[in-house]
Amino acid sequence: MTEAAASDVRVPKAPAATWRDFVALMKPRVMSLVVLTAVTGLVCAHAPMSPVLAAVAILCIAVGAGGSAALNMGYDADIDALMRRTRGRPVPAGRVQRSDALALGVVLSLFSVGLMALATNFLAAGLLAFTIFFYVIVYTRWLKRRTPQNIVIGGLAGALPPAVGWAAASGAVPWQAWLLTALIFVWTPPHFWALSLYTREDYRRAGVPMMPVTAGAASTRRQILAYSLIVAPLGVAPALAGLGGAAYLAVSLAGGAMFVLLAGRLAMSRAGEAGEVGAQDGHLYEVDSAARAARNLFAFSILYLFALFATLLAEHLLGAAPMVLAWGRP
Amino acid sequence: MSVPDPYREGQEAARARRMRSIAIAVSLAAFVVVVFIITLVKKGGG
Repeated sequence: MTEAAASDVRVPKAPAATWRDFVALMKPRVMSLVVLTAVTGLVCAHAPMSPVLAAVAILCIAVGAGGSAALNMGYDADIDALMRRTRGRPVPAGRVQRSDALALGVVLSLFSVGLMALATNFLAAGLLAFTIFFYVIVYTRWLKRRTPQNIVIGGLAGALPPAVGWAAASGAVPWQAWLLTALIFVWTPPHFWALSLYTREDYRRAGVPMMPVTAGAASTRRQILAYSLIVAPLGVAPALAGLGGAAYLAVSLAGGAMFVLLAGRLAMSRAGEAGEVGAQDGHLYEVDSAARAARNLFAFSILYLFALFATLLAEHLLGAAPMVLAWGRP
Repeated sequence: MSVPDPYREGQEAARARRMRSIAIAVSLAAFVVVVFIITLVKKGGG
C-alpha cells in the first residue's frame, strides 16, 4: 500500500468529549432549580451559620444533584438513545462513554456527601445521601421502567433539597421544611405528565411506562387537573403557616390560579392524542397546536415553582417574612 | 509502506483528553482547598 492509499483509509473515530459534555451530564437546568429550593430552605432556617460554610453546603447540594444526574444519564443511555428529546445527550450521542458518566456520578456523589458532613452536620449529609440514593436507585433503577407511578414516588428525590438546606443550616428539619418538600412533591407529577403528554411516542418507543403510555392521554389530563387542585392550595400554605409574607401570598394565589386554569384547559384539550407532536432533538417548547396546552402547563409549572421559591427567598433575605419578624432575627 | 494505526488517537481527541486531565487536576486541587477552608472556619468558630 502506498502512502497516498494509506491516507485514504478512514478510521472511524468517536467525537471527542469536551467540558460542555461533562457539564451537560450534570443537567445544569435541573441543578439550578435544586439549588434555588435548597438555598431557600437554608435561608428560611434562620440559623446562625458562617457564610463560607453556607456556600459550601450549597455547593455540595449542587454537586450532589450533578452527580446523581450523571448516574441517571449513565444508566438510562439505552432509552435516551431511543427518544428524540434525549438522544443528543452526551452518552447516547457517543461523545462520553457510559462508564465515564457513571464514574463521574459516583465521584461527585461521594465528594458532595463527604464534604457536606465535614462542613455542616451528619443529618444534612445523610439527607443528601438519601436524596442521591432515592433518585439513582429507587427512581432510575427500580421505578422508571416498571410503573406509571415512577415520577409520583420518584419525585421525592427532587423534593428533598429544601429539607437538606434547612438541615445544613440548623441541624434539624422542622415541619416548615417538610411543607416546602411536600409542595415540590405534589408539583412533580403534573409537571412531568404535561411534558410526557407531548413526548408520549418517545416514551412508548423506549418502553418507559409513563402515565400517558399506560393509562392514555385523557386519564393523564384528568390526573394532572386533580394534582393541580392540590398544588394550588399547598402553594399558598407557607403563607398561611407564617413562612411566607404578603408578597409570597400574592404570588402563590396568582400562580396557583394560573396553574389550575392551565390544567383545566389541558383537561379540555386533546393533547397527547395526536401522535408525533413535538419535542424533537431537545426542543422542548416547539410543538404543534394539539400539544400546546400541555406545553403551556409544562413551561408555566417551572415558572410557578421558581417564582414561589424566589419570592420566599427574597422575603427571608429582606426580613419581610412573618416568621422572621416573629423571631426578630432577620 | 505505511498503514495508519487505528488505535492512535487523533489530534482533537488528544487535546480533549489533555483538557480533561487538567480539569480533574484543578478539581482535586479545589477540593483540597475547600476542605482546608472548612477546617479553618470550623476551628475558628470553635
